[in-house]
Amino acid sequence: MNAKSGKGFGILVTFCALFLFWLLLSGIFDALHVGAGIICSAIIALISHDLLVKEKGDKMLSKSFKFVIYLGWELWQIVLANFDVAYRVLHPKMPIDPLIIEFDTSLRSDFALVTLANSITLTPGTITIDIKDGKFLVHAIAKKPADALLVDKTMQNKVADVFMEW
Amino acid sequence: MVLIDVIVTLFLAAGIFFMLTGVIGLLRFPDFYTRLHATGKCDTLGEVLIIAGLLLYHLFVYSPGAELSVKLVPVKLLFLIIFIFLANPTATHAIMKAAYKTGVKPWKLGEERR
Repeated sequence: MNAKSGKGFGILVTFCALFLFWLLLSGIFDALHVGAGIICSAIIALISHDLLVKEKGDKMLSKSFKFVIYLGWELWQIVLANFDVAYRVLHPKMPIDPLIIEFDTSLRSDFALVTLANSITLTPGTITIDIKDGKFLVHAIAKKPADALLVDKTMQNKVADVFMEW
Repeated sequence: MVLIDVIVTLFLAAGIFFMLTGVIGLLRFPDFYTRLHATGKCDTLGEVLIIAGLLLYHLFVYSPGAELSVKLVPVKLLFLIIFIFLANPTATHAIMKAAYKTGVKPWKLGEERR
């Protein structure tokens, strides 16, 4: 795939996503509203398509598929995280022992880094403070969740697997 | 109809429970960072559960037989859920980073609460 058709593909994908979004949000299907939607979506797609679709089309499908599976796992982790916090909040002795940890990842693309950072924030006992060149600074509420990131590295491996960046 | 009422009530009750836990955590935890742990996480799931309950209620009670623009309301609620999942951790992270950059010292075990 050469660069030019890749760009056209990006614009097309952005346009379709935006227009679908417009239709769902407006819910009115007369000529005026649909026409205005097409014009707005086209202008925005032309200006900012490189924000949504950065890479070429290959591997996008398998990546999105893996991403959806990952989201399912992540959702379960969020439920666990909430029970974890609820336990720590409601326990009479408040079993917390906060510490700040630092670790490196092999991830480099923005989207992978954002996914990992948001996942860390949503999963039990950890919040991302800062990312610099793939180096994560994380605040953990106790020793155990910190070890899950430093020793087990389940989450890093899962995200690396989704984005194929080891 | 009774079944959907029960399910929706369960969703709302679970959502309110987690929001309440977030508030209690905000009041009990010792410093800025740990308070963010309580609010950042409980808010996300609490809000999502409440919106999911509303979504189900609309889907089964208002949507059948309604016109298309009313039928689209659950889709909008679904978008709300997705945006909360994206925006909430990002905002938590941004507040955390701002506090860290301005030099708020993290609380250590055994210190006095602030």
